[in-house]
Amino acid sequence: MTKTRLQPLLQMKHIGKSFSGVQVLREVNFELYPGEVHVLAGENGAGKTTLIKILAGVHTDYEGEIWLNGTKVFFKSPHEALIAGVSAIHQEMSLVNSMTVADNIFLGREITRGWGWLDYRSQEKRARELLAQLGLEVELQETLDRYPVAVRQMIEVAKALIYEARIIIMDEPTSALNDLEVDRLFKIINDLKRKGWGIIYISHRMEEIYEIGDRITILRDGSYVGTYSLDELFPQELIRLMVGRDITQQFPPREEYRGEERLIVKNFYVADPTQAKKWVVENVSFNLRAGEILGIAGLQGSGKSELLHGLFGSYGQSVRGEVWLDGVRLSIRSPKEAIKQGLALLTNDRQGTGLIPPLSVGYNVSLASLEKFSPKGWIDAQRERAAIAEMVQALQIKIHSLDQEVQTLSGGNQQKVILAKWMMTSPKVLLLDEPTAGIDVGAKYEIYNLMNRWTAEGKSILLITSELPELLAMADRILVLHRGQVMQEFSREEASQENILQAAMGRR
Amino acid sequence: MEKPRKKAFFPSWRAVFQSPTTRALAALAFVILLGVIFNADQAFFKWDTHRDMLRQISVFGILACGMTLVIITAGIDLSVGSILGLTAVLFALFSLQLHWSPFLAVGVTLLAGLVCGVASGGLVAYFRIQPFIATLAMMVFARGMAKWVSGGQKISTAVLQPDGTYVYQEVPAFFNFLNSKILGGNIAVVTLIFFFCIALSWLILAKLRWGRYIYAIGGNEEAARLSGIPVVATKLLTYGLSGLFCAVAGICQAAQELQGDPEAGLTYELTAIAIVVIGGTNLMGGRGGIGLTFIGAITIGYLEKVLSINAVGEASRLMLTGIIIIGAVLFQKFRQ
Repeated sequence: MTKTRLQPLLQMKHIGKSFSGVQVLREVNFELYPGEVHVLAGENGAGKTTLIKILAGVHTDYEGEIWLNGTKVFFKSPHEALIAGVSAIHQEMSLVNSMTVADNIFLGREITRGWGWLDYRSQEKRARELLAQLGLEVELQETLDRYPVAVRQMIEVAKALIYEARIIIMDEPTSALNDLEVDRLFKIINDLKRKGWGIIYISHRMEEIYEIGDRITILRDGSYVGTYSLDELFPQELIRLMVGRDITQQFPPREEYRGEERLIVKNFYVADPTQAKKWVVENVSFNLRAGEILGIAGLQGSGKSELLHGLFGSYGQSVRGEVWLDGVRLSIRSPKEAIKQGLALLTNDRQGTGLIPPLSVGYNVSLASLEKFSPKGWIDAQRERAAIAEMVQALQIKIHSLDQEVQTLSGGNQQKVILAKWMMTSPKVLLLDEPTAGIDVGAKYEIYNLMNRWTAEGKSILLITSELPELLAMADRILVLHRGQVMQEFSREEASQENILQAAMGRR
Repeated sequence: MEKPRKKAFFPSWRAVFQSPTTRALAALAFVILLGVIFNADQAFFKWDTHRDMLRQISVFGILACGMTLVIITAGIDLSVGSILGLTAVLFALFSLQLHWSPFLAVGVTLLAGLVCGVASGGLVAYFRIQPFIATLAMMVFARGMAKWVSGGQKISTAVLQPDGTYVYQEVPAFFNFLNSKILGGNIAVVTLIFFFCIALSWLILAKLRWGRYIYAIGGNEEAARLSGIPVVATKLLTYGLSGLFCAVAGICQAAQELQGDPEAGLTYELTAIAIVVIGGTNLMGGRGGIGLTFIGAITIGYLEKVLSINAVGEASRLMLTGIIIIGAVLFQKFRQ
């Protein structure tokens, strides 16, 4: 390649980073040449985001050196990085949706006539030039929330152009886009390439990586695996390099206890809460037997969490399809009805949607089954307390007192409190969304044991986890979603990290 | 395996010191200390002073009961003062001019308060309008309605005659009863009504499922919803109860003033909020209790009393009240 004769736009040398003693990145090297799309790949937790945040000036205490156009730099803040020409387009975008398109483009770099007086005319002129360059037709004075995510992303690119960035970081830019919008984004990326910009591209989607990428750098568990030309690296090899490691985590042995057909889901749809006339879950059908764990795999934006919320009635009316439980057709339109029918949902956001932080451990546990203890509205405190104590014991939650605020517990124990809350409702089907996220290995093992115990008792589990080894060890069958649809189903024997990842990226 | 330990009979000093109740009591003790030090005419050592303090704070305290419940749901009710005005006017109208029986007059007035509360609750819960806005609108609306019902005039026992003179009617016995002091003149009837409201609120918060739902919604509304809690109904009931308490306060107010003043209750919502906050109930929701509000009410009551015993002018009194409210709240903030 001729590129090697050019001077690199960016060199990151021997980058290391640790968070409170845990090394999350070590000895990572990364180079970006003008006119190149350099893909950064690796599993969740491999350190991609950390590396990007170091480059974008978010993390400032790291080891190693960053060289930009042949000079060593150190960014103390994201703003400094931006001024030096490094612009990051995040998944959560740095735009203010209530402001106009023009104001957003110039946010932080307004054109003024001095003394802070905005020069609207010059701004508008410049903005028009930029948008024309990007081939984007939007009203400058319209507020941003009028436009779909795809347009907003383009506006973020326009903002990068204002800063005369030479390096653009795109972190999963297509996760919210449809195919048409993806094509348009790729056209713009190709334009930028031709102008000599460098693009760092993060994506989990195989077809995209090969379509837009020139080279790829792979990280695994915070270490540098290597940099390859995508022309010479086959997909199979790429996945092997990404997954690579031995499975060292411990899982309890899983025995299958398959019973009667319990949950049948037919042609299930969930409407996109953010965009009208779009589905986040499309035409999903599956069945679940008593005592079975059905794993659901998929990347971000695959609709797996939305599927569970849809079944649980979180979205009210905006779902479609048939759900049968033990031979009875259900029509669930609220979590309250779902609980009554024997469903329980552990969400993937413990603090945000799981716990009631100011309440005590005990009150959090009894929250979903209060009606049992208060048939006439009066809470039978003695009965409630006894039931809570029993649950706490059954799940071996480590607490000082039932009256302790739930916030004071460790992550693992908090998760067990939520599980205890759901077990108290005597559910038939448990919907578990990342049940072991952010908790330590010991607590994980206990939760796996609980899952085995409950399925042995005949309960069924739908399990979402982004940790593939966990999925392989715990699930009896695995359903892989891609963009809201079922891509493939694997039995326990068929499933491997490689073929799940491939299916999740949209390849059969 | 660790079992949950039994609750120790004596809680640790640290826990006692950090409990919000201790903090609230400390603020109260501080105000009482001020009373003992600045004790003009030895007034602070007479029961009458305390009895009057309790009587004067009762109407505010009743409002603060409903306010506490609403604030624990992470809401706010700005309409309490106006609903008090409206219900005071209605009660005076029913009793003094329409000569309804006390039973009917009280019943219909309470219903009016309840309807106002449920209306703002509906706006908050069903239409998801921010509590501040919804109850602000109700505040303006109820005040307007009070003026409309009364024609902008105070409704009193004085009835205008065709020749331009006033004839004073007899005050209904029920008014006199509400305005009297019982138990040997040692406690005002309105104070007992205030205590009753406190007891009722305590029952709801501590013993009923409804109360648990109030805390859960204030602590994390989405988690509460996903746990199957009827969020809309709970909020509707809670704002409704606040409206009902307003009507109780409005009836007391009318009886004490012997008239229905459409301007009654102006800025009372602010005093009610101050009582709740001084008690230590968190405006973020999910934390607090009615016991704290009771302490808060007495604290504000004593503060007013101390300032009036010492004949502090209104200007200084307001400024001092502002400073002491901030002082109390800052004091409670240093919890960690």
